Amino acid sequence: MAAQRVGRVALTAAAAELLVRLTRRHGPLMFHQSGGCCDGSAPMCYPVGEFRLGAADVHLGDLRVDGLEQPVGVWMSRAQFAYWRHTHLTIDVVEGRGSGFSVEAPEGVRFVVRSRLLDEEEPAALEP
Amino acid sequence: MAVYAAPGAPGSIVEYRSRYDNFIGGEYVPPVKGDYFVDVTPVTGQPFTEVARSTAEDVDRAVAAAEKAAPAWGRTSPAERALVLNRIADRVEANLERLAVAETWENGKPVREALAADLPLVVDHFRYFAGAIRAQEGRTSQIDDDTVAYHFHEPLGVVGQIIPWNFPLLMAAWKLAPALAAGNAVVLKPAEQTPASIHLLVELVADLLPAGVLNVVNGFGVEAGKPLAQHSGIRKVAFTGETTTGRLIMQYASENLIPVTLELGGKSPNIFFSDVAAERDAFYDKALEGFSLFALNSGEVCTCPSRALVQADIYDDFLADAVERTRRIRTGNPLDTETMIGAQASNDQLEKILSYIDIGRKEGAKVLLGGERLEHEGELAGGYYVAPTIFEGHNGMRIFQEEIFGPVVSVTRFADYAEAVAIANDTLYGLGAGVWSRNGTTAYRAGRDIQAGRVWVNHYHSYPAHAAFGGYKQSGIGRETHHMMLQHYQQTKNLLVSYSENALGLF
Repeated sequence: MAAQRVGRVALTAAAAELLVRLTRRHGPLMFHQSGGCCDGSAPMCYPVGEFRLGAADVHLGDLRVDGLEQPVGVWMSRAQFAYWRHTHLTIDVVEGRGSGFSVEAPEGVRFVVRSRLLDEEEPAALEP
Repeated sequence: MAVYAAPGAPGSIVEYRSRYDNFIGGEYVPPVKGDYFVDVTPVTGQPFTEVARSTAEDVDRAVAAAEKAAPAWGRTSPAERALVLNRIADRVEANLERLAVAETWENGKPVREALAADLPLVVDHFRYFAGAIRAQEGRTSQIDDDTVAYHFHEPLGVVGQIIPWNFPLLMAAWKLAPALAAGNAVVLKPAEQTPASIHLLVELVADLLPAGVLNVVNGFGVEAGKPLAQHSGIRKVAFTGETTTGRLIMQYASENLIPVTLELGGKSPNIFFSDVAAERDAFYDKALEGFSLFALNSGEVCTCPSRALVQADIYDDFLADAVERTRRIRTGNPLDTETMIGAQASNDQLEKILSYIDIGRKEGAKVLLGGERLEHEGELAGGYYVAPTIFEGHNGMRIFQEEIFGPVVSVTRFADYAEAVAIANDTLYGLGAGVWSRNGTTAYRAGRDIQAGRVWVNHYHSYPAHAAFGGYKQSGIGRETHHMMLQHYQQTKNLLVSYSENALGLF
């Protein structure tokens, strides 16, 4: 995994490569981690500005991707973050047919999150 | 008892077409840009048909067709619309087995559930709303001796509906029946995982509806769902899905200042108080089945009882019995009527469930049963199957807080009533809940104290029409499966009439 080791979020090489392709088509992108049913728990990928972020959201970090000028921000609702804060998220991509308005779905692939527990000394340093 | 032949195979009662266009203005029309996408059956992982990959141009056409049809449809008498809904129900009922097999093939659910629940409920929801619209009355208010306020229900016009993939036909029926009964024209976008089975239903009933009253546009969310939700021609959006897309739908609806109804899922607690185990009788057996219902529809239910809370003094014995009961769930070919758990709906759904099982283990939850992908032999080898999985842990774990949408239950214990309610409510969501107790007072109080729109007492997973269904907290807005849903699809027209002969005297 071409994952950044510092931070709350990272990206697999396959997901990074897909982001480069999607950015060419849609412009700069961001992620908002979903919750709830159906396609919940999936990271939703939107053109920057498409999804209105607000006071209810937490910025988990920025993904720096080779070949992209702007970092890709990752966000989650503050309420959901309260239950997710002890975990580190790596955005990966799998074959599939997700619904929702995430921009990768027409490619026949879907972003997913892989999670691990943050190391004991990590959380304090990573308050968003 | 029976294994249905796969659709398209010799002897099958279902034949999918090789391609499905959009259903617009009463006829099938190809997508403007001419693109299609492949529909895969999760039973084997193989493609079986292709479906229109629509864009904003197709949505425009569908909304235009609906706008043309809406005024006349909205003026039909309730009796006429009720008759159409009843006829739709009759057609579905007459073709129930075929539609059940078709839905199983597209969604992966066990056909016994489609036969026993999904399709009979489709039939019943159309009949229910046929009755509800006949019985609906406006109200009058006498303001004073000369002034009367009349309140009439009027349809909204054209409404957009975005349907989930877990019950492709039933969720369509939940939304279509009240919208059509209320006199609206509909543009419906099925989920991209299950875009085809709805067309078998549409083909059956197309001649019953005036052209343009029902339009079905397939495609991806970003390409077809978004232009529908943003369309200036629609007067309301109904959506079932998850929170981030729910927010986006509200955002799009705000552009046109139109209302939304949203059903966004849950993390439903299923609470077993200690008196459940006072006897080893039929009720105890029912409660054990209630526990194992997390595997219904392969766990792909917004109200999946995915958190089991068991009182500490019965915890060990009850859980041991519950694990044994769950172990007896028969896995296998979804087209076999003996199979109790089928395939997950898509590969990405399978991957997501496995990633949750992984984080559950990393968080220290104990796997009591399952915990892995099921690899079947032969034709099913490419399908998406997960073993019924029981985790033991605590409510702070991610597997207790996020809807996995798979056959996975997370179990924890509680000491007393107060702790049961506290754990039950320690969640972002509030869609469903289960309460099991032989004590009516305990069950009643828990039912009222749990912040959820539907609390089942001493049963679970029944979805009759005429019982309101919808969420508290982040689980959504609105109530389905009840006549109050009619009002989510209606305007209120107030005629304020003066019967006085005299001027106000102000001018």
